[in-house]
Amino acid sequence: MSKHNEMQAVAGGGLLDRRLFLKKGLSFSALALSADVLAAELDAPRPEWAQKPGTPFSNYGHPSRYEQKTIRWTMGNAMAAGNGVSWTPLQDLEGMITPSGLHFERHHNGVPQIDPAQHKLLIHGLVNQSLVFTMEDLQRYPMTSVLCFIECGGNSNAGWQTQPIQTQVGYFHGMASCSEWTGIPLRLLLNEAQIKGRAKWLIAEGADASLMNVSLPLDKALDDCILALYQNGERIRPENGYPLRLIVPGWEGVVNVKWLRRLHLTNQPTMARNETSKYTELMPSGKARQFTFVMEAKSLITQPSFGHKLKQPGLYQISGLAWSGRGKIAKVEVSADGGKTWAEAQLQEPVLSKCFTRFRIPWQWNGQQAILKSRAIDETGYVQPERDVLVKSQGQHGYFHYNAIVSWEVASNGSISHVYA
Amino acid sequence: MFMRNLFFSLAVFVAYPVLAVENSPKLGKSAPQTLQKNWNLDIFPDGTGLPAGSGTAAQGKKVYQQYCLSCHGVDGTGDSADELAGAKHGLTDTVPDKTIGTYWPYATTIFDFTRRAMPLNAPGVLNNDQLYAVTAYLLYLNHLVKETEVINASTLPKVKMPNRDGFINSYQPKK
Repeated sequence: MSKHNEMQAVAGGGLLDRRLFLKKGLSFSALALSADVLAAELDAPRPEWAQKPGTPFSNYGHPSRYEQKTIRWTMGNAMAAGNGVSWTPLQDLEGMITPSGLHFERHHNGVPQIDPAQHKLLIHGLVNQSLVFTMEDLQRYPMTSVLCFIECGGNSNAGWQTQPIQTQVGYFHGMASCSEWTGIPLRLLLNEAQIKGRAKWLIAEGADASLMNVSLPLDKALDDCILALYQNGERIRPENGYPLRLIVPGWEGVVNVKWLRRLHLTNQPTMARNETSKYTELMPSGKARQFTFVMEAKSLITQPSFGHKLKQPGLYQISGLAWSGRGKIAKVEVSADGGKTWAEAQLQEPVLSKCFTRFRIPWQWNGQQAILKSRAIDETGYVQPERDVLVKSQGQHGYFHYNAIVSWEVASNGSISHVYA
Repeated sequence: MFMRNLFFSLAVFVAYPVLAVENSPKLGKSAPQTLQKNWNLDIFPDGTGLPAGSGTAAQGKKVYQQYCLSCHGVDGTGDSADELAGAKHGLTDTVPDKTIGTYWPYATTIFDFTRRAMPLNAPGVLNNDQLYAVTAYLLYLNHLVKETEVINASTLPKVKMPNRDGFINSYQPKK
């Protein structure tokens, strides 16, 4: 029996059983190729870097000099460099955690350089006791961690365009990142201030040059929000909210207020610019949806994706990310025939609520044109929609909350493009 | 034994919120009134939070030209920054224009956002009269107030915004 016969396809287009990688020691085309190329050099008893002492210790580590292409792509306003975004290079990353230095950014007016000794948090409004905290105070509170994604409400908005954008997956969907955030449960400090019964909303404000503010329903604030001081084990970096960030798991990025300085308990939302003019979705009826906080389930294949090239037919590992603002990812299905048939991908453990979930499935590419798709299903039963279904229900002018299935077309020469299919 | 375990787990569950508070070092200090007054910039659609001061569109035109025009374009039609006025298309057209006149539901938001965040290169530079004046000018460019109409804490919340009822609150609290 030949090796290929052993690898039973589980769906059209050459998708193989998701457990195959774990069961068998398969050789990959890409690895086999690079082994050939490198064989001569590696055959020497000592490569160049093993013939002399290495570099000394460093106070803070940096990526290898050979990984300088793995960077955030930035886009600032021509008139105001600190107004814009940077994208996480999802096409170059694996696993579920985004390195802190590659976490996406959205700033309205630059990154403030805040001295933590002078920064304060004020809690006031509909409370019995208005309170102010120093950052030193906050260090003494009981802390907890939440591993969660943060996704900008405007992530993937190029998907609304009538023609599929031809760019790398990070430049299209990279306003989403995932970190371990560590800090104080928000309800602990709200309870200390003693919330009055009339309070229904919490207005959060940052200390940046735009004093960015948004309104948050109080039930969410008392549920799973934290006041984060740490990101991925170290103090939050300035561009991600140093010294204090409000983390609102599963909800659109704009409510995860950076540089947090004030929490105002009220009985009504303030109707800030970022909850009226922006971060609302205009529908075909002319009405707009407002306070659409939850980021619905999304998935996308990061390997292979636009910009990658398959060098020859053979066995490949499809890898991607899925997440849902409503809870855990229950299942990710992958299609290699444009959605005619689907196979279940392997989910990498741990699968956490409101967190990036890495999925993988082996794929035997036969060298013919193929269309790769993934679709996420979360624990509430929500199924990530096809693009035509999403556009039919939401129109094309909502701008925010685009979460349709992403399709990559693999041409017979191995090049990959973005298609609507 | 079963009942005892059940009782124990219930007791832990019920006690949790109390334990969370007891485990707090309670280091918050009473917030001084001046801090609350100086930091609280929140303005609400009913006008709560609006400061003293006033201005007209005629006065606001000068403010706009000095501080806003370079990014928001002539007459607020947009440039490197958002279009604020001069909509040619409605919200159900193929290419809708989401200006203050067609989209923004509350006039108070203009004052609030401008005071917080504008102009980008010198936020906080405008005094309250200038803020009321430039707010009036933006409303005037959208044909919502007259050029000489005085805009202040009492008149601003009363400006009738065309898209006031254009939003659907989509938040569903967790049950």
